[in-house]
Amino acid sequence: MNVAIIKYNAGNIFSVDYALKRIGITPVITSDKETLLKADKVIFPGVGEAETTMRYLKEQNLDTLIKNLKQPVLGICLGMQLMCRYSEEGNTDCLGIFDTEVKRFCPENHHDKVPHMGWNTIDNTVSPLFKGFDKSEYVYFVHSYYVPLNDFTAAQTNYILPYSSALHKDNFYATQFHPEKSGKTGERILRNFIEL
Amino acid sequence: MLAKRIIPCLDIKDGQTVKGTNFVNLRQAGDPVELGKAYSEQGADELVYLDITASHEGRKTFTDLVKRIAAHINIPFTVGGGINELSDVDRLLNAGADKLSINSSAIRNPKLVDDIAKHFGSQVCVVAIDARNTASGWKCYLNGGRVETDRYLYEWAKEVNERGAGEILFTSMDHDGVKTGYANEALAHLSDTLDIPVIASGGAGKMEHFKDAFTLGKADAALAASVFHFGEIPIMKLKEYLHEEGISVRL
Repeated sequence: MNVAIIKYNAGNIFSVDYALKRIGITPVITSDKETLLKADKVIFPGVGEAETTMRYLKEQNLDTLIKNLKQPVLGICLGMQLMCRYSEEGNTDCLGIFDTEVKRFCPENHHDKVPHMGWNTIDNTVSPLFKGFDKSEYVYFVHSYYVPLNDFTAAQTNYILPYSSALHKDNFYATQFHPEKSGKTGERILRNFIEL
Repeated sequence: MLAKRIIPCLDIKDGQTVKGTNFVNLRQAGDPVELGKAYSEQGADELVYLDITASHEGRKTFTDLVKRIAAHINIPFTVGGGINELSDVDRLLNAGADKLSINSSAIRNPKLVDDIAKHFGSQVCVVAIDARNTASGWKCYLNGGRVETDRYLYEWAKEVNERGAGEILFTSMDHDGVKTGYANEALAHLSDTLDIPVIASGGAGKMEHFKDAFTLGKADAALAASVFHFGEIPIMKLKEYLHEEGISVRL
């Protein structure tokens, strides 16, 4: 199994590398286009800010490459948000794989903290990523922007409002949470993706 | 529903776990990676590793330890101690830490909070505050509680919130190590006035103390050390208890 992690100017790519190694997969971390095109699976991680990251992807021509990948692709956190059409973070036009926008959480009081940080449940899971899930499971989130419920919603989470904690369309999969930091549940999700 | 978090804290000196009572009298308590793994398997939601070694060699040992933790632990972890500038943040994030906790260095140079938030995002920036309730109100302390400052807890917490901190880790020095419960009134005030999550620290001795920190103190997370290290409160039992008490936890 040939798994590639897209290397770009985002933080914490190493966490995904470590998590895959814990389940017995040694990925390559690369921005080399040939290697990415030939990989069996591609992971698009991300911790950072939308506008800066999107600009970097365009400069490297990685934007076109990612959109046109044919193998299973998994976007994580900012990676998922960048796969959408537009983000309110920095008024950024994104990749447009999922025709939906990314909005900022608007808390109504001091008890709805932003960022949404910590362990929350995912429900209504409808994607092979969640194969074998028979109850709501806790996963780890850290984010201030969210994707509303839409046609591609593959899991939903309630925080301030119900929103999309995972998306799926054709060969593109994405999670708002961090499977690489979500204990055994996260490892199952990564394994499900690898086994697609 | 967002779960309340239980966070064991591991103090590290020369690559080994230690825990003080009222910040002195250190006792050995095991290998940091093994202990972290065991906590993660018992249901800990996050881990905090505090480097209390001050020397340069000690810092290198700690960075190597952070790499080992990142390779072996499948839940988020925060590291703190000896973080004075952006290059320290960069080094520890690159070693695999998820969040950084800054304390004295933030009081000495508040702009560090803005800089970390701007360069790495608010989510990585935990500001730890050690405070004591004095005649004039809750005052902040430096250097593990040895030096009093002219800063007050509530104002300082509000300021770092506005500067871009992602979380506040509040330790009541009056409560730390004495196991009579967290400083719930001060916690509730922080939670009511800040926009970011508050982690309670200092005072856990019984399972009820955790419940009180979440209900009376309105904390988002509770941190403890010795009650976990010495097996006085097993984490899974604590979470089952909290669940029965109607508090949302990850089981």
